[in-house]
This record gives sequence, structure tokens and C-alpha cells, in this order.
Amino acid sequence: MIHASAIDRFLNTFGSWALALLWGLPLAFAIWTAIHPAEFEANFELLAPLTTVNFVKAWEAAPFARYFLNTFILVTLILACQFFLGTLAAFAFARFQFPGRGILFGLVLLQLLVMPDILIVENYQTMRFFNLVDTIPAIALPYIASGFGIFLLRQTFMTVPKELDEAARLEGASTLGLLWRVYVPLAKPTYLAYGLVSVSHHWNNFLWPLIITNSVETRPVTVGLSVFASTDSGTEWSVINAATLMTSAPLLIGFLLFQRQFVQSFMRAGIK
Amino acid sequence: MTRRIEWVHAWLLLLPAMVFLFTFTHLPAVRTIIDSFFSTARGRRKSVFVGLENYQQLIDDPTFWKVLANNLWFALGTIPTSIAIALVMALWVNEKLAGRSFIRMAYFTPTVLPLIAVANIWLFFYTPGFGLFDQIATGLFDTGQHNFLGNPDTALAAVMVVTVWKEAGFFMIFYLAALQTIPPSLLEAARVEGAGRWTIFWRVVFPLLMPTTLFVSVNAVINSFRLVDHLFILTGGGPNNASSLLLFYIYETAFRFWDTAYAATLTVVLLVMLSLLAIGQFFLFDRKVHYK
Repeated sequence: MIHASAIDRFLNTFGSWALALLWGLPLAFAIWTAIHPAEFEANFELLAPLTTVNFVKAWEAAPFARYFLNTFILVTLILACQFFLGTLAAFAFARFQFPGRGILFGLVLLQLLVMPDILIVENYQTMRFFNLVDTIPAIALPYIASGFGIFLLRQTFMTVPKELDEAARLEGASTLGLLWRVYVPLAKPTYLAYGLVSVSHHWNNFLWPLIITNSVETRPVTVGLSVFASTDSGTEWSVINAATLMTSAPLLIGFLLFQRQFVQSFMRAGIK
Repeated sequence: MTRRIEWVHAWLLLLPAMVFLFTFTHLPAVRTIIDSFFSTARGRRKSVFVGLENYQQLIDDPTFWKVLANNLWFALGTIPTSIAIALVMALWVNEKLAGRSFIRMAYFTPTVLPLIAVANIWLFFYTPGFGLFDQIATGLFDTGQHNFLGNPDTALAAVMVVTVWKEAGFFMIFYLAALQTIPPSLLEAARVEGAGRWTIFWRVVFPLLMPTTLFVSVNAVINSFRLVDHLFILTGGGPNNASSLLLFYIYETAFRFWDTAYAATLTVVLLVMLSLLAIGQFFLFDRKVHYK
């Protein structure tokens, strides 16, 4: 019995490690080529000289500083608006009785299925109508009212004890005061979880920004990277890989530092 | 009287979010359907009502049927595979194996990378001649060069591998969350009854994970229609549309050929697919799944 479980344990450990190494291989390979000179691209010598020249070349070959700034503005804008709109709407759904509640909530949930990602044709025409093509707000607008965010916050607000709500009302708190002083502080873990999911989602988003932007001043890093990797076929692989790592680095480093929070945030956002 | 005030408060709270939801989700969805009955405005020629002409074009368009079939194969190929791998990953990470946090990190890392960056990394893997795959293949079997992405028979499969790599770790998280809610006493009871690990998994754990499996499946189906970023880098939908998916074809139609009416018609097909998914989910699963 004990022997059987020891073998079992060994096989499981072995299998999980084999899969982990396989899963880590592509990234490890990209890192290898990025930190070594081009001639070691496909030539794995343990003592190959290290270099940062690929990163320098990539940084100088395209306006990545600007791309990073654009992405930073974009994700901040989206997150701030999502928090604001989501909090107000979630509060209404969680603690108010009013006509049209069921239908409106259904319409909010519909966005979990019909995402702005697939409505690119019509949304582009809307942006052209508002004369917003090639601006950062145009990238953000379709995403700032998030059905997912409203749903998540509503679930959290519904767990706030009614007694706290009533006590604050008795002390004369207004509707917004109540929301700000009682509900928002109690939902902090949900905001953190949703924030991490949202930031990583919009940092990585590509198709809509590709469509709606066409200048250096508005392009986020993902679009900048694709332009960089495709325009110049003469660019060395090691430089492209360096650029690839550079664009992913902020999220990757954030993930490595706050691994536990990241995983728990995704879990929290998923199971609710 | 106070009830009326409560109503007004609620509506005011909802108003800002609803304005944006309607402007960028509901109205565009409705307008997509309307536009599919009109022609594309070109130059001085205005858009006119053409009835079902766009749909006739759709039925006669071999590329449409090709990308639809591709999308089906893509879904069939990626969804069960990534879910199965995700489940195995979660079972392993949930156990107290040596180096657990490293293993979890390795599984989850692809999830935080941009899909466009992932595609760049894998493109280098697939490069004929000196990409890693060819190096390994040449080293082991001496088979010469492979152009996985340039060959119509393998391009879609190559794209699917990348997708599974990217998604499995994401789905693992949901299984992990679900596994942690299973009471240990339940597993203990099964063990006392003399059930082996295999029996416990299939009779106890797997049924308890059913809601998660359904939730993940629905997400995976949506993603299979929504995620096309990697196509831009890996294959561009080619060769000869062998790896193109529906949303990518919509993009090409709308923003390369500027035929917005036909692109709207293609989007209607996508909306129909998602509606079928919603109806299916409602009738088949909703009884058994409880989202808290």
C-alpha cells in the first residue's frame, strides 16, 4: 500500500515537472535568444556570452517609449472608467428594487457573450461618426462599461450585511455616501482582482487597437510590436525576441512578484 | 412616494454604464443585422436596400464555408485538449508535490503574455530550417525541413498548438479554485471505503467539477470565435485561407477590402453562433450549474 502510493507520488511529480518544463520551454527559448548575440540564436552553449545589445537595438529601432506611454494611458483610462461605471451600476442592481431591473441586468449579462471584440465593423463606424478614429479614447470606449465588471461587483455588494447598510442610513448617509463609505471599502479584494484581470486583458488586447489606430502617437505596445516585427523582414530574430519580451515584461515581472495575488485574483474573478 | 425616489436613484446610478453598453454593444449588434440587408456604400454610390443579396453572396462564397469549417475544427481541436490539460495541471498543482510553486508558475505564465507576443515566440519555433522544431526533428530523425505554417495541411494545427499552450493555464485556475472547495472529508470517506485514486477521481472529484467544466467550456467556445490575434503574426490566415478563422475573415473583409455590408453579414453568422451557444447553455446546463 505504502509502496504503491510512493510510486504514484513519484510518477505524479515526474509528470508535473515534465509538463512544466515543456510549458516553460518557449519562453525560456525566447529569453535565451534575447540575451545572447545573434550567432547563438540556435546554438546552445552554456557559456555563450551574455549581451543586452538586442534590447538596445529594439528600443532604438521603434518608438517603444511612446508605445508604452500609450498603453499605460489606455489601461489606466479603461480601469478608472470601469471602476466608476461598474460601481454605480452594480450598486443599483445589488440593493435597489425598480421596474426594469431584470431586463436591464439581462442586457448587462448579454455582454459576456456578445463582446465588443466581435463588433469591430459597427464600432469602427461609430468612432468615425464621432470623429474619434486614431485616438486613445476610441480604443477604450467600447470596453469601459463592462458587463463582467458589473456582475462581479454586484455579487460582492450583495454579500455586504444589511445591518451595516441600515446603520449607515440611520446616521443619515446619502445614497452615494453609503456606497462610498460602506460598500466600496468592503469590496476592495474584488476591485484588486478585477483590476488585475482588466489591466492584463487590455495590455494584451490587439485586434481593436490595430483597427482603430494608425499612428505612433496612439498605438499601444501590442500593435507597435506587430508593426515592428512585420515591416522589417531583415531584422534579426534575437532583436524581435528582445522586443517581444520587452512588451510583455511589465506584466511578466508584475506576475512573478505578485504571483499569489495574480492567481487568486483570476480565481476570484472566475468562480463568482 | 419614497419608492419612486428609490426608482429614480437606481435609474440614475445605472444610466452612465447603460449609455456606454448600449452605444458599443447592443446598438452595434442590432445595426449589424440591419446593415446585412444593405449594400456597401462606395464613392458616390449610396448604400441601398438589397434584401437577402448579401446572404446569397455568403452561401456562394467558398471562402466563407472554408473559414467556418476551420473555426469548427479549431474549436474541436483546441477546446477538449486545453480543458483536459488544464484539469491534469490543476490536479497536480493541487497536490503537495515538490516544487509546486515553480510548476504553477510555468503553467500559468503563458496566460499573462500578450497573444501577439506568444505568436512571435512560436513563429521562431516553427521557422523552417533553424527553428527549434526542425532542429529537434533533424537531430532525431534527419527528416529535412518542415514548413509547418506554410503548408495548408499543417497550418491550422500549428496555430491550434499555440492556442492550447496559451489557454490551458488559464483554465487550470478555475479547476484549481473548484478543487479547493471540495471538502477533504469527502475524499477521506471515499478512501476509507476502499476506493482507489482512479475511482475517487471519476466517481467523486470529476462529477463535483462538472459546473467548472461547463463554465470553462462556454468560455472556451467564446474564445475560439474571439481570439485571432496570433493569426496576424503566424500565418495571416494563409496559405490560401487554410488557417483563417471567421473573425479574421470579417477583419479582412471590412478593413482590407472595405466591404462593410458583407462584413456585417459575416458578423451576423458569428452572432447566430453565439446565440446558439447561449440557448444551448440555458437549456442543457443551467439546471445543473449554479453560479453563486
